[in-house]
Amino acid sequence: MAKPKIATTSLAGCFGCHMSILDIDERILELGQLVEFDKSPINDLKRFRGPVDVGLIEGGCCNEENVRVLQDFRRHCRVLVSLGDCAIMGGVPALRNMIPLKECLEEAFCHGVTLHNTNGRIPNDAEIPLLLDKVYPCHEVVKIDCFLPGCPPSADAIWEALLALLHGKPVELPYELIKYD
Amino acid sequence: MNNTINLVVDGRPIQGRPGQSILEAAQAAGIWIPRLCYSKGLVPHGSCRLCTVYVNGRPQSACTQPVAEGMFVEANSQRLLELRRDLVEMLLIDGNHFCMFCEKSGSCELQALAYRFGITAPRYPYLWPQRELDASHPDIFIDRNRCILCARCVRASRDVDGKHVFGFYGRGPGKRVAVNAHVRLADTDAAVTDKALEVCPVGALVPKHQGFTVPIGQRPFDQRPIGSDTQPEKAPKTR
Repeated sequence: MAKPKIATTSLAGCFGCHMSILDIDERILELGQLVEFDKSPINDLKRFRGPVDVGLIEGGCCNEENVRVLQDFRRHCRVLVSLGDCAIMGGVPALRNMIPLKECLEEAFCHGVTLHNTNGRIPNDAEIPLLLDKVYPCHEVVKIDCFLPGCPPSADAIWEALLALLHGKPVELPYELIKYD
Repeated sequence: MNNTINLVVDGRPIQGRPGQSILEAAQAAGIWIPRLCYSKGLVPHGSCRLCTVYVNGRPQSACTQPVAEGMFVEANSQRLLELRRDLVEMLLIDGNHFCMFCEKSGSCELQALAYRFGITAPRYPYLWPQRELDASHPDIFIDRNRCILCARCVRASRDVDGKHVFGFYGRGPGKRVAVNAHVRLADTDAAVTDKALEVCPVGALVPKHQGFTVPIGQRPFDQRPIGSDTQPEKAPKTR
Protein backbone atom coordinates (compact mmCIF):
# COMPACT_ATOMS: atom_id res chain seq x y z
CA MET A 1 0.00 0.00 0.00
CA ALA A 2 1.27 3.46 -0.88
CA LYS A 3 2.16 5.78 1.98
CA PRO A 4 -0.36 8.50 2.82
CA LYS A 5 0.62 11.90 1.46
CA ILE A 6 0.74 15.19 3.29
CA ALA A 7 1.23 18.73 2.01
CA THR A 8 1.92 21.94 3.91
CA THR A 9 2.03 25.65 3.15
CA SER A 10 2.51 28.96 4.90
CA LEU A 11 0.15 31.74 3.79
CA ALA A 12 0.08 34.95 5.87
CA GLY A 13 2.11 33.32 8.62
CA CYS A 14 5.61 33.57 10.07
CA PHE A 15 6.69 29.95 9.46
CA GLY A 16 6.56 29.45 13.24
CA CYS A 17 4.03 26.64 12.79
CA HIS A 18 6.37 24.95 10.34
CA MET A 19 9.16 25.30 12.91
CA SER A 20 6.81 23.60 15.34
CA ILE A 21 6.35 20.72 12.85
CA LEU A 22 10.14 20.32 12.86
CA ASP A 23 10.04 20.52 16.67
CA ILE A 24 8.66 16.95 16.81
CA ASP A 25 12.38 16.12 17.10
CA GLU A 26 13.40 12.53 16.34
CA ARG A 27 9.79 11.66 15.55
CA ILE A 28 10.47 13.34 12.19
CA LEU A 29 12.22 10.09 11.18
CA GLU A 30 9.07 8.19 12.06
CA LEU A 31 7.03 10.74 10.10
CA GLY A 32 9.31 10.12 7.10
CA GLN A 33 8.51 6.38 7.38
CA LEU A 34 4.82 7.07 7.80
CA VAL A 35 4.07 9.60 5.07
CA GLU A 36 5.25 10.99 1.79
CA PHE A 37 5.47 14.78 1.47
CA ASP A 38 3.80 16.35 -1.53
CA LYS A 39 3.83 20.16 -2.05
CA SER A 40 5.54 21.67 0.98
CA PRO A 41 8.28 24.14 1.90
CA ILE A 42 9.90 21.26 3.78
CA ASN A 43 10.85 19.50 0.51
CA ASP A 44 10.56 22.70 -1.58
CA LEU A 45 8.05 21.07 -3.93
CA LYS A 46 6.16 23.93 -5.61
CA ARG A 47 3.27 22.06 -7.26
CA PHE A 48 0.94 19.25 -6.27
CA ARG A 49 1.82 15.91 -7.93
CA GLY A 50 -1.61 14.43 -7.19
CA PRO A 51 -4.25 14.01 -4.50
CA VAL A 52 -3.08 14.35 -0.92
CA ASP A 53 -4.50 12.88 2.29
CA VAL A 54 -3.76 15.68 4.78
CA GLY A 55 -3.00 19.33 4.05
CA LEU A 56 -1.67 21.62 6.78
CA ILE A 57 -2.32 25.34 6.32
CA GLU A 58 -0.31 27.86 8.30
CA GLY A 59 -1.44 31.50 8.15
CA GLY A 60 -4.60 33.26 7.05
CA CYS A 61 -5.37 34.91 3.71
CA CYS A 62 -4.04 38.46 3.37
CA ASN A 63 -3.75 38.60 -0.44
CA GLU A 64 -5.12 37.06 -3.64
CA GLU A 65 -2.21 34.63 -3.93
CA ASN A 66 -3.00 33.21 -0.46
CA VAL A 67 -6.56 32.59 -1.61
CA ARG A 68 -5.41 30.81 -4.79
CA VAL A 69 -2.96 28.60 -2.88
CA LEU A 70 -5.62 27.79 -0.27
CA GLN A 71 -8.16 26.88 -2.96
CA ASP A 72 -5.51 24.70 -4.65
CA PHE A 73 -4.98 22.93 -1.31
CA ARG A 74 -8.70 22.42 -0.89
CA ARG A 75 -8.91 20.84 -4.35
CA HIS A 76 -6.04 18.44 -3.66
CA CYS A 77 -6.43 17.55 0.03
CA ARG A 78 -8.87 15.06 1.48
CA VAL A 79 -8.52 16.58 4.96
CA LEU A 80 -7.54 20.22 5.35
CA VAL A 81 -6.17 21.44 8.69
CA SER A 82 -5.94 25.05 9.89
CA LEU A 83 -2.63 24.97 11.73
CA GLY A 84 -2.15 27.73 14.29
CA ASP A 85 -3.88 30.95 15.30
CA CYS A 86 -3.19 32.85 12.04
CA ALA A 87 -4.99 30.21 9.96
CA ILE A 88 -7.81 30.12 12.52
CA MET A 89 -8.35 33.83 13.25
CA GLY A 90 -5.84 35.81 11.20
CA GLY A 91 -3.32 36.26 14.01
CA VAL A 92 -0.90 39.19 14.14
CA PRO A 93 -1.39 40.07 10.43
CA ALA A 94 -5.09 40.58 11.24
CA LEU A 95 -4.19 43.52 13.50
CA ARG A 96 -4.76 45.59 10.37
CA ASN A 97 -8.37 44.43 10.12
CA MET A 98 -9.57 47.27 12.32
CA ILE A 99 -7.88 49.88 10.10
CA PRO A 100 -9.04 50.69 6.55
CA LEU A 101 -6.69 49.22 3.92
CA LYS A 102 -5.97 52.62 2.34
CA GLU A 103 -4.82 54.02 5.70
CA CYS A 104 -2.57 50.98 6.25
CA LEU A 105 -0.91 51.35 2.84
CA GLU A 106 -0.50 55.12 3.20
CA GLU A 107 1.11 54.67 6.61
CA ALA A 108 3.48 52.05 5.18
CA PHE A 109 4.39 53.77 1.89
CA CYS A 110 3.51 57.49 2.14
CA HIS A 111 3.55 58.84 5.71
CA GLY A 112 5.72 56.49 7.79
CA VAL A 113 8.28 58.41 9.87
CA THR A 114 11.18 56.12 8.92
CA LEU A 115 10.08 55.94 5.28
CA HIS A 116 12.36 56.43 2.27
CA ASN A 117 10.05 56.34 -0.74
CA THR A 118 11.00 59.16 -3.13
CA ASN A 119 7.91 59.02 -5.34
CA GLY A 120 5.56 58.75 -2.33
CA ARG A 121 3.33 56.26 -4.16
CA ILE A 122 1.87 52.94 -3.04
CA PRO A 123 3.59 50.15 -5.08
CA ASN A 124 1.30 48.77 -7.76
CA ASP A 125 3.16 46.14 -9.77
CA ALA A 126 1.52 43.17 -11.46
CA GLU A 127 4.16 40.99 -9.76
CA ILE A 128 2.90 41.95 -6.29
CA PRO A 129 -0.17 40.01 -5.18
CA LEU A 130 -3.09 42.34 -4.48
CA LEU A 131 -3.91 42.76 -0.80
CA LEU A 132 -7.37 41.77 0.39
CA ASP A 133 -9.49 44.31 2.29
CA LYS A 134 -8.67 42.38 5.47
CA VAL A 135 -6.94 39.23 6.61
CA TYR A 136 -9.34 36.28 6.49
CA PRO A 137 -9.19 33.10 8.55
CA CYS A 138 -8.91 30.06 6.25
CA HIS A 139 -12.35 28.71 7.19
CA GLU A 140 -13.95 31.94 5.94
CA VAL A 141 -12.48 31.17 2.48
CA VAL A 142 -12.71 27.37 2.06
CA LYS A 143 -14.08 24.44 4.07
CA ILE A 144 -11.65 23.47 6.82
CA ASP A 145 -11.96 20.03 8.41
CA CYS A 146 -9.80 20.35 11.52
CA PHE A 147 -8.45 23.19 13.66
CA LEU A 148 -5.22 23.10 15.67
CA PRO A 149 -4.95 26.37 17.61
CA GLY A 150 -1.77 27.70 19.16
CA CYS A 151 0.94 30.22 18.44
CA PRO A 152 2.40 27.91 17.41
CA PRO A 153 0.53 24.67 18.15
CA SER A 154 2.93 22.55 20.19
CA ALA A 155 4.90 19.80 18.44
CA ASP A 156 3.01 17.25 20.56
CA ALA A 157 -0.35 18.68 19.45
CA ILE A 158 0.71 18.51 15.78
CA TRP A 159 2.07 14.99 16.19
CA GLU A 160 -1.03 13.65 18.00
CA ALA A 161 -3.37 15.27 15.48
CA LEU A 162 -1.39 14.01 12.48
CA LEU A 163 -1.34 10.45 13.81
CA ALA A 164 -5.10 10.53 14.38
CA LEU A 165 -5.81 11.98 10.93
CA LEU A 166 -3.48 9.54 9.15
CA HIS A 167 -5.24 6.63 10.89
CA GLY A 168 -8.65 8.06 10.02
CA LYS A 169 -9.52 8.66 13.68
CA PRO A 170 -11.17 11.77 15.17
CA VAL A 171 -8.72 14.32 16.56
CA GLU A 172 -9.24 14.34 20.34
CA LEU A 173 -6.42 16.20 22.01
CA PRO A 174 -5.92 16.24 25.79
CA TYR A 175 -6.67 19.52 27.62
CA GLU A 176 -3.03 20.60 27.92
CA LEU A 177 -2.49 20.51 24.16
CA ILE A 178 -5.24 22.94 23.13
CA LYS A 179 -3.84 26.45 23.66
CA TYR A 180 -4.44 29.76 21.92
CA ASP A 181 -0.94 31.09 22.66
CA MET B 1 -37.59 28.09 61.48
CA ASN B 2 -35.93 25.67 59.13
CA ASN B 3 -33.11 27.44 57.32
CA THR B 4 -32.34 24.68 54.84
CA ILE B 5 -33.75 24.66 51.33
CA ASN B 6 -33.82 21.38 49.46
CA LEU B 7 -33.36 21.31 45.72
CA VAL B 8 -32.14 18.90 43.08
CA VAL B 9 -29.26 19.82 40.76
CA ASP B 10 -28.44 17.45 37.89
CA GLY B 11 -30.27 14.66 39.71
CA ARG B 12 -28.38 15.23 42.96
CA PRO B 13 -30.30 16.41 46.05
CA ILE B 14 -28.46 19.40 47.57
CA GLN B 15 -29.15 21.95 50.28
CA GLY B 16 -29.10 25.72 50.07
CA ARG B 17 -29.67 28.63 52.43
CA PRO B 18 -32.37 31.28 52.04
CA GLY B 19 -31.16 34.04 49.73
CA GLN B 20 -28.38 31.94 48.29
CA SER B 21 -28.20 31.80 44.49
CA ILE B 22 -28.41 28.51 42.61
CA LEU B 23 -24.83 29.06 41.44
CA GLU B 24 -23.49 29.44 44.99
CA ALA B 25 -25.53 26.58 46.44
CA ALA B 26 -24.37 24.29 43.61
CA GLN B 27 -20.76 25.39 44.11
CA ALA B 28 -20.97 24.61 47.83
CA ALA B 29 -22.22 21.14 46.89
CA GLY B 30 -19.33 20.58 44.45
CA ILE B 31 -21.22 21.33 41.24
CA TRP B 32 -19.52 23.94 39.07
CA ILE B 33 -21.71 26.05 36.81
CA PRO B 34 -19.76 28.00 34.13
CA ARG B 35 -19.87 31.79 34.63
CA LEU B 36 -18.18 34.96 33.39
CA CYS B 37 -19.86 38.06 34.83
CA TYR B 38 -20.25 36.44 38.25
CA SER B 39 -17.36 37.09 40.63
CA LYS B 40 -17.45 36.08 44.28
CA GLY B 41 -18.04 39.08 46.53
CA LEU B 42 -19.66 41.24 43.84
CA VAL B 43 -23.37 41.87 43.40
CA PRO B 44 -24.57 39.39 40.74
CA HIS B 45 -25.19 40.96 37.37
CA GLY B 46 -26.78 38.17 35.34
CA SER B 47 -25.62 39.64 32.04
CA CYS B 48 -23.29 37.09 30.47
CA ARG B 49 -25.96 34.34 30.54
CA LEU B 50 -23.25 31.69 30.70
CA CYS B 51 -24.57 30.34 34.00
CA THR B 52 -28.02 29.84 32.49
CA VAL B 53 -29.60 26.68 33.89
CA TYR B 54 -33.04 25.17 33.45
CA VAL B 55 -35.11 25.61 36.61
CA ASN B 56 -38.14 23.33 36.44
CA GLY B 57 -37.65 23.51 32.66
CA ARG B 58 -37.34 27.31 32.41
CA PRO B 59 -34.04 29.06 31.63
CA GLN B 60 -32.74 31.23 34.50
CA SER B 61 -29.34 32.72 35.27
CA ALA B 62 -27.99 30.69 38.20
CA CYS B 63 -26.07 33.66 39.65
CA THR B 64 -29.20 35.79 40.17
CA GLN B 65 -31.89 33.18 40.82
CA PRO B 66 -32.28 32.36 44.53
CA VAL B 67 -32.74 28.75 45.57
CA ALA B 68 -36.28 27.64 46.39
CA GLU B 69 -37.69 24.52 48.01
CA GLY B 70 -38.21 21.65 45.58
CA MET B 71 -36.46 23.21 42.57
CA PHE B 72 -35.30 20.86 39.84
CA VAL B 73 -32.21 22.36 38.25
CA GLU B 74 -30.55 21.17 35.06
CA ALA B 75 -27.08 22.71 35.35
CA ASN B 76 -24.58 20.85 33.17
CA SER B 77 -26.35 18.97 30.39
CA GLN B 78 -25.33 18.49 26.77
CA ARG B 79 -27.90 21.04 25.53
CA LEU B 80 -26.61 23.64 28.01
CA LEU B 81 -23.01 22.89 27.01
CA GLU B 82 -24.01 23.59 23.38
CA LEU B 83 -25.60 26.92 24.35
CA ARG B 84 -22.61 27.94 26.49
CA ARG B 85 -20.23 27.03 23.67
CA ASP B 86 -22.27 29.27 21.38
CA LEU B 87 -22.06 32.16 23.85
CA VAL B 88 -18.29 31.82 24.21
CA GLU B 89 -17.82 31.53 20.44
CA MET B 90 -19.90 34.69 19.96
CA LEU B 91 -17.79 36.52 22.56
CA LEU B 92 -14.64 35.42 20.73
CA ILE B 93 -15.76 36.92 17.40
CA ASP B 94 -17.47 39.95 18.96
CA GLY B 95 -14.21 41.47 20.24
CA ASN B 96 -10.67 41.48 18.91
CA HIS B 97 -9.07 38.73 20.96
CA PHE B 98 -5.41 38.24 20.09
CA CYS B 99 -4.58 35.50 22.58
CA MET B 100 -1.12 34.96 21.09
CA PHE B 101 0.29 38.15 22.58
CA CYS B 102 -2.21 38.95 25.35
CA GLU B 103 -0.75 39.25 28.87
CA LYS B 104 -3.85 37.57 30.21
CA SER B 105 -3.37 34.34 28.22
CA GLY B 106 -3.31 31.38 30.59
CA SER B 107 -5.23 33.25 33.29
CA CYS B 108 -8.06 34.61 31.11
CA GLU B 109 -11.46 33.25 32.08
CA LEU B 110 -12.93 33.65 28.59
CA GLN B 111 -10.05 31.67 27.11
CA ALA B 112 -10.27 29.11 29.90
CA LEU B 113 -13.97 28.53 29.23
CA ALA B 114 -13.22 28.09 25.52
CA TYR B 115 -10.60 25.48 26.49
CA ARG B 116 -12.98 23.76 28.89
CA PHE B 117 -15.65 23.58 26.19
CA GLY B 118 -13.15 22.21 23.67
CA ILE B 119 -13.48 25.13 21.23
CA THR B 120 -10.73 25.08 18.61
CA ALA B 121 -12.27 27.74 16.34
CA PRO B 122 -15.46 29.83 16.53
CA ARG B 123 -18.06 28.94 13.90
CA TYR B 124 -19.11 32.55 13.33
CA PRO B 125 -17.33 35.09 11.12
CA TYR B 126 -15.08 37.53 12.98
CA LEU B 127 -16.54 41.02 13.29
CA TRP B 128 -13.31 43.05 13.80
CA PRO B 129 -15.01 45.93 15.61
CA GLN B 130 -13.33 49.32 16.10
CA ARG B 131 -12.46 49.59 19.79
CA GLU B 132 -10.50 52.23 21.69
CA LEU B 133 -7.44 51.70 23.83
CA ASP B 134 -6.74 54.01 26.78
CA ALA B 135 -3.13 53.98 27.95
CA SER B 136 -3.25 57.43 29.57
CA HIS B 137 -2.96 56.19 33.15
CA PRO B 138 0.63 55.67 34.36
CA ASP B 139 -0.09 52.24 35.90
CA ILE B 140 -3.18 50.86 34.12
CA PHE B 141 -4.43 50.49 30.58
CA ILE B 142 -7.86 49.68 29.18
CA ASP B 143 -7.95 47.62 26.01
CA ARG B 144 -11.57 47.65 24.89
CA ASN B 145 -10.72 45.16 22.11
CA ARG B 146 -10.66 42.51 24.83
CA CYS B 147 -13.60 43.77 26.91
CA ILE B 148 -16.64 41.46 27.20
CA LEU B 149 -18.84 43.99 29.08
CA CYS B 150 -19.21 41.75 32.15
CA ALA B 151 -19.43 44.84 34.40
CA ARG B 152 -17.17 43.30 37.04
CA CYS B 153 -15.02 46.47 37.06
CA VAL B 154 -18.14 48.65 37.21
CA ARG B 155 -19.45 46.79 40.27
CA ALA B 156 -16.08 46.42 42.01
CA SER B 157 -15.21 50.10 41.59
CA ARG B 158 -18.64 51.17 42.81
CA ASP B 159 -19.21 48.68 45.66
CA VAL B 160 -15.73 47.65 46.83
CA ASP B 161 -13.36 50.48 45.88
CA GLY B 162 -16.06 53.10 46.46
CA LYS B 163 -14.82 55.11 43.48
CA HIS B 164 -17.34 54.78 40.64
CA VAL B 165 -14.54 54.84 38.07
CA PHE B 166 -16.21 52.66 35.45
CA GLY B 167 -19.56 52.60 33.72
CA PHE B 168 -21.06 51.87 30.32
CA TYR B 169 -22.09 54.02 27.39
CA GLY B 170 -23.82 53.12 24.13
CA ARG B 171 -26.12 50.22 23.39
CA GLY B 172 -26.00 46.91 21.54
CA PRO B 173 -22.87 46.47 19.44
CA GLY B 174 -21.87 50.06 20.30
CA LYS B 175 -21.77 49.44 24.05
CA ARG B 176 -18.39 50.20 25.63
CA VAL B 177 -16.90 50.50 29.09
CA ALA B 178 -16.51 54.16 30.02
CA VAL B 179 -14.45 56.00 32.63
CA ASN B 180 -15.69 58.63 35.06
CA ALA B 181 -13.82 61.52 33.45
CA HIS B 182 -14.13 63.60 30.30
CA VAL B 183 -12.10 61.13 28.21
CA ARG B 184 -9.12 59.57 29.91
CA LEU B 185 -8.60 56.98 32.64
CA ALA B 186 -5.70 59.13 33.85
CA ASP B 187 -8.20 61.78 34.97
CA THR B 188 -10.06 59.39 37.31
CA ASP B 189 -9.28 58.11 40.82
CA ALA B 190 -8.33 54.67 39.45
CA ALA B 191 -5.34 53.04 41.16
CA VAL B 192 -3.46 49.88 40.25
CA THR B 193 -4.44 48.34 43.60
CA ASP B 194 -8.18 48.66 42.87
CA LYS B 195 -10.39 45.59 43.12
CA ALA B 196 -11.72 46.63 39.69
CA LEU B 197 -8.46 45.50 38.06
CA GLU B 198 -8.18 42.29 39.99
CA VAL B 199 -11.63 41.08 38.97
CA CYS B 200 -11.35 41.69 35.20
CA PRO B 201 -11.77 38.18 33.74
CA VAL B 202 -10.06 39.09 30.46
CA GLY B 203 -7.15 41.34 29.47
CA ALA B 204 -9.25 44.50 29.19
CA LEU B 205 -8.16 46.20 32.43
CA VAL B 206 -4.48 45.48 32.89
CA PRO B 207 -1.75 46.73 35.24
CA LYS B 208 1.25 48.12 33.36
CA HIS B 209 4.90 47.15 33.95
CA GLN B 210 4.19 43.55 34.95
CA GLY B 211 3.12 41.39 31.99
CA PHE B 212 4.12 37.80 31.30
CA THR B 213 5.51 37.15 34.79
CA VAL B 214 4.30 33.54 35.12
CA PRO B 215 6.01 31.07 32.75
CA ILE B 216 3.90 29.18 30.19
CA GLY B 217 2.87 25.87 31.73
CA GLN B 218 2.48 27.31 35.24
CA ARG B 219 -0.40 29.74 34.62
CA PRO B 220 -3.75 29.01 36.28
CA PHE B 221 -5.46 27.35 33.31
CA ASP B 222 -2.45 25.77 31.54
CA GLN B 223 -2.86 22.29 33.00
CA ARG B 224 -6.35 22.11 34.50
CA PRO B 225 -9.68 23.38 33.16
CA ILE B 226 -11.38 26.33 34.87
CA GLY B 227 -13.76 25.11 37.59
CA SER B 228 -11.63 22.04 38.34
CA ASP B 229 -11.23 23.14 41.97
CA THR B 230 -14.97 22.72 42.46
CA GLN B 231 -15.71 19.96 40.01
CA PRO B 232 -12.95 18.21 38.04
CA GLU B 233 -13.84 17.65 34.42
CA LYS B 234 -12.14 16.00 31.53
CA ALA B 235 -12.09 18.41 28.61
CA PRO B 236 -14.81 17.43 26.15
CA LYS B 237 -14.10 16.40 22.60
CA THR B 238 -12.59 19.23 20.60
CA ARG B 239 -14.05 20.44 17.35
